[in-house]
Amino acid sequence: MKRKNTNKYVSFALVIAAYAIMMILTASGKITRSMQGMLVPICAYIVMAISLNLTVGILGELSLGHAGFMSMGAFTGTCAALMMTESVPDEGLRLGISMVIGAIFGGIAGFLIGIPVLRLKGDYLAIVTLAFGEIIKSIFNNLYVGFDKYGLNFQLLSEKGIKLEEGGRMLIQGAMGISKIKKISTFTAGFILIILTLFIVYHLVESRYGRAIMAIRDNRIAAESVGVDVTKYKMTAFVISAALAGAAGTLFAMNYSTITANKFDFNTSILILVLVVLGGLGNITGSIISATLLTILPEALRGFATYRMLVYAIVLIVVMLFTNASGTKMLISNIKAKLGGNKEEEEQ
Amino acid sequence: MAYKSEGSNLVPVPSNAVIPERDINDMPALECKNLGITFGGLHAVENFNLTIGRTEIAGLIGPNGAGKTTVFNLLTNVYQPTTGTILLNGMDTHGMSTAQVSKAGIGRTFQNIRLFNNLTVEENIMVAMDKSIKCGLFAGLLRLPSYFREEKKAHKRALELLHIFDMENVANHRAGSLPYGAQRRVEIVRALATDPKVLLLDEPAAGMNPSETADLMANIRKIRDTFQIAVVLIEHDMNLVMNVCEGLCVLNFGRIIAKGSPAEIQKNPTVIEAYLGKSHSTKAHEAVNEVVEENSDTGSDNK
Ligand SMILES: Nc1ncnc2c1ncn2[C@@H]1O[C@H](COP(=O)(O)OP(=O)(O)O)[C@@H](O)[C@H]1O
Ligand SMILES: [Mg+2]
Repeated sequence: MKRKNTNKYVSFALVIAAYAIMMILTASGKITRSMQGMLVPICAYIVMAISLNLTVGILGELSLGHAGFMSMGAFTGTCAALMMTESVPDEGLRLGISMVIGAIFGGIAGFLIGIPVLRLKGDYLAIVTLAFGEIIKSIFNNLYVGFDKYGLNFQLLSEKGIKLEEGGRMLIQGAMGISKIKKISTFTAGFILIILTLFIVYHLVESRYGRAIMAIRDNRIAAESVGVDVTKYKMTAFVISAALAGAAGTLFAMNYSTITANKFDFNTSILILVLVVLGGLGNITGSIISATLLTILPEALRGFATYRMLVYAIVLIVVMLFTNASGTKMLISNIKAKLGGNKEEEEQ
Repeated sequence: MAYKSEGSNLVPVPSNAVIPERDINDMPALECKNLGITFGGLHAVENFNLTIGRTEIAGLIGPNGAGKTTVFNLLTNVYQPTTGTILLNGMDTHGMSTAQVSKAGIGRTFQNIRLFNNLTVEENIMVAMDKSIKCGLFAGLLRLPSYFREEKKAHKRALELLHIFDMENVANHRAGSLPYGAQRRVEIVRALATDPKVLLLDEPAAGMNPSETADLMANIRKIRDTFQIAVVLIEHDMNLVMNVCEGLCVLNFGRIIAKGSPAEIQKNPTVIEAYLGKSHSTKAHEAVNEVVEENSDTGSDNK
């Protein structure tokens, strides 16, 4: 118990210190433009990594489509923000509401996936989330949405059917995604989202819900035998994880003037999974560190074109050693158990 | 009398007087009627009839592979029976999930220890108190007063339960890091934390040293006396079984071959044959052998 609490304070201290330092550097003009541009994506990836860690490290289920929830949040949140351009002039408030909407849609997607999959005993979540990521990408790539004073106008495959009144605008234009987004995401908003995420995840873990969720991860059969309602707790963890990813998606999208569905593909899902594994399964502080380092790194290594991949590899190894090595072991044993079927499960 | 003279042969008669006298007038804690399960073609358990008194300590013994653990899995609805009925406090548990059965009052431990290894000992126990902690998701996330109140209550209760085995000092240790014997004890405490009416212990003394086993024996009685619950234990340690249990049920190849008090079982020729005839479990076999030899000195009226 002691160990966990210190970890929690380290996470908060780290995030607050980093925020303070960056704000000071920005104010004194000592920060490069490229670094400035990376602040919001770093925040988004930190939230993505923490939320995926909730599913993979704390609940112990493999998800291969976390970018799908991010995409869900990005498109719904951004649409909401565009629709509120006039009604909510305050940008901070508009962003906040949009992120809540992104979170709600992310959560709904998580819930819909969870209903069939989380009831099953076995590792179907990986396959279904993988498919979900691809499906959501195809949907947004082929979805056309317009908006005017009469409301929303949906069309699949082409925008021909959409007739907009005067003053209306197209929101989603198929593979072109959403363009002409007013960039209202700020580093401060990202910081607040991270702090909120940390509160939610740590408070969850330290409550009755978190204990039950981790108990299911450690031994599902034993958890059932002491009266834990496995489906309910799995669902809780998975929906919270998806909702946080949705909020992060909104934050991420509103940092660019254009956003397309292809940004949230399988590679992005895997990248986030890599962040979680490197940071250590169940280790939130580790997720924060690895998300920060691995987002900055490719940019920072531009100067060392020749040695880029070498340095990248070394950093990966260092991060791995630095963060929870036992977490990695757990993943390996998990994968082994999965490959070996449910033999262990059958034996009582 | 568990035996009836039929000519010159002694024929075992299923004894009905398994329930201790004090429990006879109460509704049984657990009743199995014609319980059976088939895996493929294998009748793992067949025609299993058993009644457990409200405060009885009963033993389920038999060679390895006899179907003892399978009976526990049937009682906790891990497996759905092919035939038969289970009544818990007179209530049919058919169709319930394992979690619901636990809430209805059956607590259990596992032959291969199943702790939540990455949680602390205290957390392991608090997971089992889930149904009695009145604190919703939002109260937990927002840290409302009810969260602190309920956590404090649960913490206090967990330490009380750990006190049974004097284990308060390991409350903050990772469960997976404890030695084997201690893990078995934590599993028992965890099962007790669900507030069961019937406690099922699957080989609780396996892997324990003799002094730990002696402690366990005393504690099983203490648990029954304190909580006034029924205990059913599967065990190969004959010394423990014969000393602690008030009623025994012997399984072989999925069928009950004898029921009765420990004294009756020790003398039962069918039981002796099951253990000696086919030496499935050398440990149990030797133990029974010893007990039988001891008994033949004191002489028995049946011989
Ligand atoms: N899930 C299962 N599938 C197939 N056979 C099983 C299963 N569980 C138990 N058995 C078989 O049932 C028999 C009884 O097993 P078990 O109850 O574990 O014995 P015991 O606990 O008495 O040593 C064994 O032959 C075992 O192989
Ligand atoms: Mg067994």
